[in-house]
Amino acid sequence: MTEKSELQAAVAAGVVGSEDAFRALLSAIVEVARSIFGAKASSILLLDEETEELVFEAVVGEGEDSLLGTRFPAGKGIAGWVLATRTPLVIEDVQQDPRFAKDVAEGTGYVPSGLMAAPLLHDERALGVLSVLDRPEQSLFTLKEMELLGLFANQASIAVDLLLKARKAERVLGQEDGELEVVARLAAAVDALEDSRREAGLRLLRELADMLGG
Amino acid sequence: MRVTEVAAHGWDASQAALPAWSLPKDAVDRIALPMRWPEQVTREWAVGGSTGKGAKVCILDSGVEKGHPLVGELENAVVISIGENEEIVAEEDTEGDVSGHGTACAGIVHALAPDCSISSVRVLGSTFTGSGAVLLGGLRYAVEQGFDVINMSLSTTKKPFAGVLHELADSAYFKRTVLVASAHNMPVESYPWRFSSVISVGSHEEPDPLAFFYNPSPPVEFFARGVNVEVPWLGGRSLTVSGNSFATPHMTAICALILAKHPELTPFQLKSVLYLTATNVGGEK
Repeated sequence: MTEKSELQAAVAAGVVGSEDAFRALLSAIVEVARSIFGAKASSILLLDEETEELVFEAVVGEGEDSLLGTRFPAGKGIAGWVLATRTPLVIEDVQQDPRFAKDVAEGTGYVPSGLMAAPLLHDERALGVLSVLDRPEQSLFTLKEMELLGLFANQASIAVDLLLKARKAERVLGQEDGELEVVARLAAAVDALEDSRREAGLRLLRELADMLGG
Repeated sequence: MRVTEVAAHGWDASQAALPAWSLPKDAVDRIALPMRWPEQVTREWAVGGSTGKGAKVCILDSGVEKGHPLVGELENAVVISIGENEEIVAEEDTEGDVSGHGTACAGIVHALAPDCSISSVRVLGSTFTGSGAVLLGGLRYAVEQGFDVINMSLSTTKKPFAGVLHELADSAYFKRTVLVASAHNMPVESYPWRFSSVISVGSHEEPDPLAFFYNPSPPVEFFARGVNVEVPWLGGRSLTVSGNSFATPHMTAICALILAKHPELTPFQLKSVLYLTATNVGGEK
């Protein structure tokens, strides 16, 4: 990270929290989901609205080294159905579905035999999909598990919403002519001052913040 | 007393020349409906001997795979898009099913009501952005086609769509098209299943595909089989699936069986028959 981008990240984190922290939260959610369901893998896919693709944002278990950052079209496949219809769904023996393999296992060789997927919903938006892959074969699926999946998806959607806000804040601060770029410049200027001038600068900023109702 | 059939009442609103919103005294006789109901509405009366023949079912979903042995021949298959002037465009669907889900729904309906006609209206898979407009367009198209039952195993969380969906659901209701819609599996506000003019469906865990329960605590009105259901999927294969979206076509098929045998029933009457023949409602089934 350059000095400027560190600063931007710091200011963004000050506004909404840091991307790293939210990514860690997403990882923790998929880790717990995998563990609770006794599954082989779990992942969070995020919708990239610009490219209309789903992107692996958090992966634990099989495929965790290779899937992170992988993309595929959001309009098709099982994850696409879950996202578009905002409806959770559970499927077993999925290796029979060639398109499913393409969804999740492109380039990894890992083809799961079972999938639970729930949409990540925040307000009226569908942000992505939470997947839990390969539950133990001997256990029949029950409605209680569907409820549990929904609870995890709800938790994940809150974390994803925060992550997206953190990214947006960083993006806004990173724009040269962005309206909030001045905030980053101010922070940089004050940060560069020493001793009493720095103290005076901070006092000035506090006064400004108070005056603006912050 | 055994009544073999509810007689067709044959009343045509367009020819009745009645004032739209009132009933003059001398017009009472004109709307007399010679309906005859059995003393007790039973499952046997409702669906006994019915194979769904004559009922027209629409699967509003991701498309249906053509030629799947567990689905049978499709009556029709279109894909919906929105044109340059925001008009609804329905073209022949040559792509089939883009996820497998629509094929699964069609398979469930075909298994329970093998002789009903099944049409596919695909509203998914073109682009993700604008999928809401396509969904509304597809539903409007399906309602205009005059299907007996529209299976809608999907919902939207977008509140701006709720008004139009409500209007479409009511329009279907008055045109005698039954809209069977999935309740959401998660505690979120979504539509159209919450509207009283549709038949909303959640899942039960029983293995009997014809078992369905009336819910005395709406908004979900009925529970149908939705857990560990074997269904057709892409490539002529089968899978085991769970979710309210699979309970919905079970209810769709039951509606098709009833309407095939009793085509005169309005959605209001059909819902009453479903209530009277639900697995958990007292009396002979």
